[in-house]
Amino acid sequence: MRKSSRRWRAIAAAALAVLLAVFALALAACGDDGEASDGSGIPGSGTANTIVGAGASFPYPLYSAWGSEYNSLNGVKLNYQSIGSGGGISAISAKTVDFGGSDAPLEPSELQAAGLMQWPQCVGGVVLVVNLDGVENNELKLTAELVAKMYTGEVDTWSDPALAAENDGLALPDTKINVVHRADSSGTTWIFTNYLAAAAGDVWTLGGDKEIAWPTGVGGKGNEGVAASVQQLKGSIGYVEYAYAKETGLVSTQLKNADGEWVEPSLETFGQAAAQADWAGADEFYLVLVDQPGPTTWPITGASFIMVQKEQADVARAQAMLQFFDWAFREGAGTAEGLDYVPIPANVYELIQSKWSENLMSGGSPVWPL
Amino acid sequence: MSTLDIDVRPQAGPPRGAAKAAPRGHRRFGDPVFRVVALVCGLSVAIAMFTLAGVLIYNSWTAIGELGLSFLTTVAWSPNGGSYGALAALAGTAMTTVVAMVIAVPLALVIALLLTELVPPRVARVIGTGIEMLAAIPSIIFGMWGLFVLVPFMQERVAPLVMDSWLGELPLLRPGPMFQGGGFSILTAGLVLAVMVLPFITAFSRDVLLMVPRVTKEAGYGMGSTTWEVLRKISLRYALSGIVGATFIGLGRALGETMAVAYLVGGSFLSVPQSLFDPGTTIASLIALQFNEATTKLDISALIYMGLILFAITMVFQVLAQIWLRRARRTTGGRA
Repeated sequence: MRKSSRRWRAIAAAALAVLLAVFALALAACGDDGEASDGSGIPGSGTANTIVGAGASFPYPLYSAWGSEYNSLNGVKLNYQSIGSGGGISAISAKTVDFGGSDAPLEPSELQAAGLMQWPQCVGGVVLVVNLDGVENNELKLTAELVAKMYTGEVDTWSDPALAAENDGLALPDTKINVVHRADSSGTTWIFTNYLAAAAGDVWTLGGDKEIAWPTGVGGKGNEGVAASVQQLKGSIGYVEYAYAKETGLVSTQLKNADGEWVEPSLETFGQAAAQADWAGADEFYLVLVDQPGPTTWPITGASFIMVQKEQADVARAQAMLQFFDWAFREGAGTAEGLDYVPIPANVYELIQSKWSENLMSGGSPVWPL
Repeated sequence: MSTLDIDVRPQAGPPRGAAKAAPRGHRRFGDPVFRVVALVCGLSVAIAMFTLAGVLIYNSWTAIGELGLSFLTTVAWSPNGGSYGALAALAGTAMTTVVAMVIAVPLALVIALLLTELVPPRVARVIGTGIEMLAAIPSIIFGMWGLFVLVPFMQERVAPLVMDSWLGELPLLRPGPMFQGGGFSILTAGLVLAVMVLPFITAFSRDVLLMVPRVTKEAGYGMGSTTWEVLRKISLRYALSGIVGATFIGLGRALGETMAVAYLVGGSFLSVPQSLFDPGTTIASLIALQFNEATTKLDISALIYMGLILFAITMVFQVLAQIWLRRARRTTGGRA
C-alpha cells in the first residue's frame, strides 16, 4: 500500500514536471514571436515585402484591389484586415500593424496622445435603402428630418402625411416602418448620424457617433447584415455604404441636400461633396464631410482615413508603406472610381505628402521623400 | 465539457497472475508511462479551465470594480450613453434558450424513441445518419438559413397570424414597445437554436436508449406490458441520466451560440424583451457584435465581465447537472 502511494506520488511529480516544461516552452515560443525577425514587432512581416494594415471595413474592397494590383507591379504584398474602425485604431496605437484604417477621424488631441498622424485615403457615400412594393430605385424622396423621425420612431408608418407631402403621386403602403440600423459599432453609423446631427436640427438629439442608443429598430451585423435585413423585411428602411446597395440591388432613395435640392446617390454626387472639403483648413485633416453645400452634392459622404505612427522604427518598412500609398494616390484613381469610391484630388495629395515629410520620422530624420 | 457519465475512477487492476505472465519490460515501463501521459492530459484540461477563469476575472477586474453587481441589474448596454448593463442580454439569453429547449427536448426524445424502439433498424440508420449530418453543419449556415428563410416567414406569415388572433393578447406574445414586425426576434433565434441543438440531444439520447439491455425490456413485455409501458417505465427510466446529460449538452450549446443568434435576434441592446416577437440580444452575440470596436479599457473590460457571467452560468448548470445525475442514479437503482 505504502509502496504504491509512493509510486503514485512519483508519477504525479513527473506529470507536473512535463506540464511545467510544456508551459515554459510555450512561453519561450511566445517571447520569440513578440520580437519578429526584423525587430518591428509586427507579426507575419519578415521583410519590407509585406505591408500590414487593419481597420475600417468600408474601404476594404478598394484597399484589397489596390493591394493586388500593386503586388503584381512591385511584388509588395498588402495584408489589410477589415476588423472595423475601432479595431484599426487600437491596432495602430498598439503598433501591431503598419497602418490603421478608420472611417471616423481621430481628433487632433487624440492623435497627439497616441503619437499618430492621419490622412484621408478615399471618399465614399452612405445611402438609405428601402424595401417597398412598387417603389423603384431613387423614387422615394426623403429629408433629413424625415429620416431622423423614422429612426427615433416619431414617424412609424409609411402612410404618414409628412412622407406623402414630399412624395406626391407615389403610392406608399399603410404599413409599419421597420427601421434597420447597425448592431455593431461602426464608421458607417458615425457618418450617418453625423449627417442627422448636422442636417436634421432639433429632431435628432442622439448626436453623431459610431454607436447610438437607438430608441427603435432592429440591428444588423455589418453593412452586409443591414443590407440582408432590408432585403428580407417588407416595409423596412436601412443605411448602408453605396457599394453594398449597388451590389445587392437594393432600392435607394433621393435626399434633399443642404441647398434644398433633390439628389440621387452616384459617384458624381459623392464627388461634389468631396470637392467641397477644405482639407487645407482642417487641423490634422479632421473633417466631417456631411451636409456639404452645392446644388448636386450628396449629403451623406465621408472620408476613410489612414493612421500611422509618427515615429517609425524601421525606415525601410515605413518607406515601403508610403511608396504604396504614393502609388495609390497617383495611379489608383481609376480602380477607386470603378468601385464607386471618390479618389483624393492631386492638390490634397500634395498637402498629405508635405505632412508626411513634416511628421514621419525615424531616429530624428524624415522618412519621406525617399 | 460533456456531462455524459463516464466512470474514470481507477478500476481494480488486472489479476496478479496475468501481470506476472507479461514480459518484465512492459510491466516496468508500460503502465507508469501511460499513467504519466494520462495524468498530463487530465491535468492540462483542469489547468486550462482554471487559467481561463483566471484570465476572465483578471481582464474584467476594471469593470467589476467600477460597475460591481449593479452590472447585473442595469438593463441597457449603451457604452456611448454611459450605461453598462447586462440585464437585457441576460434576459434575451434566457428567453432564446428556454424557447430552444422547450421545442428541442421533447422532439428529440420522441425521435430517439422512434429510432430505437419503433422503426426497423434499416430505416433508423437512414434517419440517424441524417441527424448526425445535421449536427455537423456549421452554425453560420443555420444563421444564413434563418436570415433568408425563417425571418421573412416569421415576419410575413407567423407574426401577423398571431397578432390578429386572440393569441396576440397573451402576455409573452403581445408585441412590446420595441416590436418590429417579429421577423428578427427572440422567437426566430430560439427556433433556429432549437434546430441546432436538436441533433445533439437526439443523437446522445438514441445512444443511451440503445444501451438499455434487451433482457430487461423483454422481461417487461413478458410481464404483459404494452410498448408504451415498456418505453415509459423501462427504457426512459434506464436512460434517464444519459438523456439529462444530452439535454445539458444541448443547453450549453444554446446558451453560448453566437453567430447564428447575432444574425437573427435583432441586435437590440437597450431593453428586456416584453414578448417573444420583440427583438433582443444574447450575451454571446452582444460580445461578438461589440468586441471589435470596443476601444476604451472599461468597454473591453465590461464585455469580458459579460463573458465571465456566461462562463459562471454554464458552470452552475454543469454542477446542477452533476447533482441531478447523482440523485437520479440513486433513485433509478444504481446503473443508468
